[in-house]
Parts: sequence; structure tokens; C-alpha cells
Amino acid sequence: MNQTLSWGRYPYCPQTPHEIFWPEDVPKGLADIAAVRQGSALAYGQGRSYGDSCLSESSHLLAMERVNRILSIDLDLGLVFAQAGLTLAELIDIGLPHGFFPPVTPGTKFITLGGAVANDVHGKNHHVHGTFGCHVKRLVIYRSNEGVVECSPTLRPELFAATIGGLGLTGVILAVEFQLRRVSSNKIEQRNIRFENLDEFFALSQAQDTAHEYTVAWVDCLASGAQTGRGHYIAGNHAEDGGLTPAPKGRIGIPIDLPVSLINAMSLRLFNTLYYHRQQKKEVVSRVGYDPFFYPLDGILRWNRLYGKAGFQQYQCVIPQKDGREVIRAVMKEIAKSGTGSFLAVLKRFGNIPSPGILSFPLEGVTLALDFPQRDELNVRLFAKLDQLVHDAGGRLYPAKDAHMNATDFKKAYPAWEKVEALRDPQLMSLFWKRVTQ
Amino acid sequence: MKQTILIIGATSGMAEAVALRYAKESAQFFLVARNKAKLDAVSANLTAHGARAVYTFVMDANDSNTLPEMFASAWKAYETIDVALIAHGTLPNQLRAQNDIPYAIAEFRTNAESVIACMAGLAERFSSQSKGVIAVIGSVAGDRGRASNYLYGSAKAAIETYASGLRGRLSRAGVHVLTIKPGFVATEMTAQLNLPALLTVSPEHVARDIHHAILKRKDVLYTPWFWAIIMRIIRSVPEVIFKRMRF
Repeated sequence: MNQTLSWGRYPYCPQTPHEIFWPEDVPKGLADIAAVRQGSALAYGQGRSYGDSCLSESSHLLAMERVNRILSIDLDLGLVFAQAGLTLAELIDIGLPHGFFPPVTPGTKFITLGGAVANDVHGKNHHVHGTFGCHVKRLVIYRSNEGVVECSPTLRPELFAATIGGLGLTGVILAVEFQLRRVSSNKIEQRNIRFENLDEFFALSQAQDTAHEYTVAWVDCLASGAQTGRGHYIAGNHAEDGGLTPAPKGRIGIPIDLPVSLINAMSLRLFNTLYYHRQQKKEVVSRVGYDPFFYPLDGILRWNRLYGKAGFQQYQCVIPQKDGREVIRAVMKEIAKSGTGSFLAVLKRFGNIPSPGILSFPLEGVTLALDFPQRDELNVRLFAKLDQLVHDAGGRLYPAKDAHMNATDFKKAYPAWEKVEALRDPQLMSLFWKRVTQ
Repeated sequence: MKQTILIIGATSGMAEAVALRYAKESAQFFLVARNKAKLDAVSANLTAHGARAVYTFVMDANDSNTLPEMFASAWKAYETIDVALIAHGTLPNQLRAQNDIPYAIAEFRTNAESVIACMAGLAERFSSQSKGVIAVIGSVAGDRGRASNYLYGSAKAAIETYASGLRGRLSRAGVHVLTIKPGFVATEMTAQLNLPALLTVSPEHVARDIHHAILKRKDVLYTPWFWAIIMRIIRSVPEVIFKRMRF
């Protein structure tokens, strides 16, 4: 099988997948990888983690995408029990016609349930529904030293808490039982409000978050001065009517690896300016399909190739509520000054719903996410400045997106890491975990 | 129209992909495989994807004594069956088969004899219902014996020749026989091989072709389509040259 990389294609560490077809094959897969004698393995789903949290120490992975069967689905209650390789895309196709939708979804539906649990993913409705882990009822995992085990909030709760957001290190996640949410249509009532600066964003967020299940903001990360933090606030609720058919599948793709990045200072400035001004009115209310609302980038398959061979890094931090506004402003200023930045700078306020996962990323506060084309020195210098701001404020970075965080910062930001390490399956190890714990 | 599908070897990668397509059309199933846990997972998944009904039957296809009982249960579950797909099989290790004769015979049994037994039994049932499609998975390997893979190839050749004869016999009874000849498909069976990426397709790709071929009552399906051309060329190479080729 072809070698594979992480979504950001940085760090460049090609991985050899060992295709798994049945949960029963996992022990053999682990034994095959152990026989290579290059270190430990890791389970891999759709490879949507950006940095090195989905890359294994041995460069050999258990490819779980074929372990994707639905073992039971209760179409009255919306309770699903499925193998870990099932994607949200497949689940939506099955659940939506019956009026069900994932309770929490990130910005791509091409993620597996295993990945959703391992990274305890969040979405635009964090302030209402918390993280994905909040909706998980039960996990079935394979641990090399004890075989197939189950855990839940009441059954082996420490293992459950370490596995939600545990980056796939506590065992190979085989199956996930979780609760879907009811929807009455495939449409979203969307409200798009343009804001001039960061203060306006915080005011909008304060006023609007409670009235909308989904909220997020796009920010022009290149605007400076009084316009720092200008952007669009996008809020939405599931519509009451509009049909339950899943979205059509037609998509365009980026067929090749581009030699150089199409994303550079000029194209960025152009895009961001155009995007900011695309809406002349202050506020536009519209009704859109769930695909363009939740998954605008899924419309272009393998868009990560736009960044060229060198790849890119995403920087996603969360700043606790208390200092959120000032620190985010300082972070945005640093980024604007650096002139590098992304099409998609995303700002969102997290709510206070706690996750069952002890290594979960979200905190009550503000999160900012930006993509940076990989330019070694530039990123190192900029990230060092940003890291300082984030950590001084008691914030932290998202492991699922990370490729640079240092061990000191990680251990300080995630004090529960030792509990996860204690429960880690000795046959599993990611490059991320090695980097931040050793 | 809602179809009724019987699949022998229902946990094989290709069979599962074909079944999923039919499940999305609300088909009903009778699934046969030897591993109960896997069969249950496949069955549950088909139900979730829209299958109207799924019956399962655990048996080893080599156990031809159980075939009558299996057919009886299938035709008890459903009055008529629209499509029967025979999908079980293994990929024998050619090197081992050269020296280990009992192994070679056992593998030949699995890939040829047991398939013929299934076809024979199905022929009887299908002729009395005077309709339906019997689809059997052969292989491009059955077109010509290659030094690297001829035990497998000869087993596939046997079932394809049998299927061809059966097609002639049953065509008068209104029953259709489809011979499916896949090229390289990325399934569990081929996971250990280093297949050329450009020529290798997913089981879903093959399933789409199979679904279509059943609908169109095709006789022989090469899937993907370009294998028909590749194999025409390979068949046309004179034996005196072919025997010197190493692949």
C-alpha cells in the first residue's frame, strides 16, 4: 500500500500503512509492525490530523479505514455503535434521512470515529454541546497487554477519561458507541455579520452565541492597525424544515502534489481582502445546506496539496476567558506583523462544558486557528513568540494540529499527561507523544 | 424492484462491497460465511445501510455436505432469489503449493471444487424458479497459467469453464450466469501482495461494475474494463514466448 503523510504534510515522515480489515486483525497488525523492530505502532484513520500526532514512532501504521461497519443503530433514539473507521460522512448519509446528525462535527466530515475520540474533536457548537467525547457512551479498545476491553464513564472510568482525547495511545480504538442529535432538516439558517475589529467580534459573540447553536468567525489575519481582527461572524441553527436528503457527492480534487505553494503573501492578501468585502451589507441572513455550512473545504478534495511539497502547519491555540481578548489581540498583531498567514483564520469562543477526556484541548475561552505555509525559519520565529503569549496566559495548543510544541509547554498546559502516559499501551507511540513527553 | 441476494463468502472484501450497494437499494439478503463474528458485523452493517432483511448461515464452503441444508434455509427464508453471488476463495501460496501437494489439493478444492458444488446446487434451485442471476467470481488469472500463480489460475479457469457451460444450459431456463473476472483489487486477500498502484482498484470500484453487469445480464465481466484488453494481449502471446516470460 502507498505511503502516507499527515494532513499538513509536515513533518515529512512517510508512513507505511498495514491495512486492517477486521478488529480481530489488530493483534496480528501490531505483531507485524513489532517484527519490523523500528519502534511502536499507531492506529490511523483518514489522516486528518495536521501535525505528527497521527504519525507513529516506527513509521508503520495500522490503517483502520476498512474497519468501518455500523454494528447497531437505533433509529428511534439515535444511538450508534460502530467500528472506529467509520467516517462522519458515511454516518451522515445514513443518519440524516432519519433525522439524525453528529452531535459535534469538526470542519471536515472525512474523519473517523476513532479519530474523533482520540482527538476529542470540537465544532462550532462547543458552547452548546461540548466536545465529541461528551456524547460517547462506550468504547471498545484493544490493549496489547490485556486484549479487547470496554470502557465507559462508569466502566473503567480512568481508561475512558484517558482515551477521550488520548491521541490513540491508550489502545487501538475498535468501536465507539455514541449519541446522535435530532435535526429536522438538512438546512442551516445562517447569519453572516461583518465585523470591523476584534472588539466588535467579542461584542457579537457575547450577544449572539446564546441564540445560535453554531458560531464561528473568519478573521482577516493580514489586516492591521484599527482593523486588526476584522472579519465575518457566522452563526447558524438547524432549520425546522427543508428535507432530509444527504448532500450530493460531486467534488473537485487537487490531483497532484504542487511543487510550490499557491499560498503566498500576494494570494493571501488578495483572498482575504476579497473575502472580507464579499458582503456589502453588514448582516446577511440565508439558508444553506449542511455541507457548505460545516464543510466548505471538503468541497475540494485534498486541498492540503495547495500548500505544495513543503506542506503547512496549523496553529490552533485556546486562551482562557479572562485574558482572551487582549491575548488574542496580541497574537493577531504578531501574525499581521509577520505577513504570513492563512486563508482561514478562525476564531471561536468555547463554552464551559467540561469534556470527560483528561487530555482534551478546549478550555472556556477563545480559540484561534490559522494555517501557515511551511517556511522553516519564519515559522520557528513566529511560533516562539505566539507560544510565549499563549502559555503566559494559561492557554494551550491543540495536539491534533500541532507539529512544533515543546515538551515544557506541553507538560505545563496538559498536567494530566502523566495519567495518559501511565495508561499508554506500550506497543503504541506517536511522533507527537515522543516529542512532547521525552 | 427490491432484490433478494444470496452471497456465499459474504465476508470477502468484494462481496461486502457488492452487498453494500444492494443494501442501499433496500435489498434483502441471505449471507453465508464461515466466521460468525465477521458475518454478524457484515450483517449488522448492511441492516444499518438499508437492507430490508438479512439472514445469516455459518458454514465452510468446503463442507459440501452442508450445502443442501444451506440452500433449503435460503429458499425457506425467501421464495425466490434474484441474485446469487459466489465470492469465497483464497489466494494460495504458489511456492508452497509446488512442494506441498496436500496443500495444493486443499487450495484447489476451496477455489474450484467448492465453487462448482455451489454452482451445481444453485443451478438446480434457479432452474426451478426459472429466473435470476448466478454470479461467480473468477479472475483474470484464469485466462492463462502464469508460472508465479498457476494453482490459483487453474482453479479459476476450472470454475469459469464450468460457468460457461452452465450459462449455456440455464439460458434456456431463463437463468443467467455471470462470470466476474477482476484484476488487482485491494482487499484482505491481496493485502500481502505488492500490487502495482496504477492497476489496483478498490473493492467498491469492482462492486459498481458487478452491480451493473448483473443488471445488464452480462456474460463475462472484466473489471476494471481495461483488463479485457490486457488479457486479450496476454492470451495472444504464443506459448513458445509466453513460457519464457517472468511474471
